[in-house]
Amino acid sequence: MSRNKVTVAVTALNAIDSPGPGVSVIRGLKESEDFDARIIGLAYESLEPGIYMRDLVDKVYQVPYPSAGVESLMARIEYIHSKENLDVIIPNFDAELFPFIKSENRLKSMGIHMLLPTEKQFEERQKINLPDFGKKYGISVPESVPVSYADEIYKATEKIKFPLLVKGKFYDAQIAFTLEQAKEYFNKISSKWGLPIILQKYVKGIEYNVIGLGDGKGNRIAAVPIRKQYITDKGKAWGGISVGDEKMLALTDQFISSTRWRGPFELELMKDEKNGFSLLEINPRIPAWVYLAIGVGQNIPEAIVKLALGETVEPFKSYEIGKMFIRYAWDMIVDLKDYQQISTYGEL
Amino acid sequence: MKIKSNIALSESGFIFNPNTGESFTLNPTGQTMFGLIREGKEYSEIRDYFLENFDAEESIFEKDFEDFIHMMTSYQMMEPDEQE
Repeated sequence: MSRNKVTVAVTALNAIDSPGPGVSVIRGLKESEDFDARIIGLAYESLEPGIYMRDLVDKVYQVPYPSAGVESLMARIEYIHSKENLDVIIPNFDAELFPFIKSENRLKSMGIHMLLPTEKQFEERQKINLPDFGKKYGISVPESVPVSYADEIYKATEKIKFPLLVKGKFYDAQIAFTLEQAKEYFNKISSKWGLPIILQKYVKGIEYNVIGLGDGKGNRIAAVPIRKQYITDKGKAWGGISVGDEKMLALTDQFISSTRWRGPFELELMKDEKNGFSLLEINPRIPAWVYLAIGVGQNIPEAIVKLALGETVEPFKSYEIGKMFIRYAWDMIVDLKDYQQISTYGEL
Repeated sequence: MKIKSNIALSESGFIFNPNTGESFTLNPTGQTMFGLIREGKEYSEIRDYFLENFDAEESIFEKDFEDFIHMMTSYQMMEPDEQE
């Protein structure tokens, strides 16, 4: 029986020490038994490894950075759409989500579908808004303060004692034990990711994450909690194991039903000594370790495509507990002509 | 107290706690103790078994048993009996 053909554009094909989820998303789409996915990679840099994975990616286009503005991005998408007739785009970077959310109706009128949180949902869960978010939805969140000047750190530490976390608005977090360290991290992170910087109370414990998918009506379509087993110096999970903690699933349900979350997300949780969970962050997109969810029976990228296209998706009812992912870096041999092609023409 | 039903012990002594994602390895003595508790044996039965089959004094066994239960509890592998 032939499967429906869909053309899906996917971003985040990078794989440095803080890898993008794009390649894992594509693996999930390629494994779908319900549709035959033609994959269009959208890359920002010509050295993103996914560009050269020709068995996974059918065609790649370079796209402008989000900082170039919505119009610049849309002009490029319109060009790509004219060539590839895109059905769905799955954006996977925090920094690009806002322009895509803003362009949702415009893209829809072109026949391109997405499954993203609403602008309100996206803003509410921003790191700077997280304490208010926790209060509003009854979820335990560590105290945090946004700071825009290094001089404000001293005053903030009257409220949040050392050690504390210095966090960038999109990425990066460092533990600071002294004022000097906090200022150093403030300068380092703000120069990379901009302002404000968030100072968050440090919660000691064990890190857990949940990947999930909400249908926008308050229903959980997918959820898989993991314990991070191997954490890099960037704080990224390089190995993890699926767990069956009902508390985490209940917290996930509370998050989805109270916010009526639409789209994929990742909850970053810390389990304290009393076995209580604090919500450290909500990432409004697919995490890099999504392939574990696919491997334990919840193909979230496939479900995203179906929901984006307006199909009914039955919620996943179970997943395998005690399955692990262990990440591996793989050296590919690439022809210079491919690098030249993407670098010169922005297409491969 | 009893060992949670979803805690499994492999033949090699490997334990995985599916709720927390933690894993541990028990030595043969720990495996025996785990097995007897899992079977629902009373404290006196477990004590008698150890005193009979291991070179152990009662006071030392008592302390080791308490340590074992404490450790299992702190790693969330124990739960109250229905009648408790």
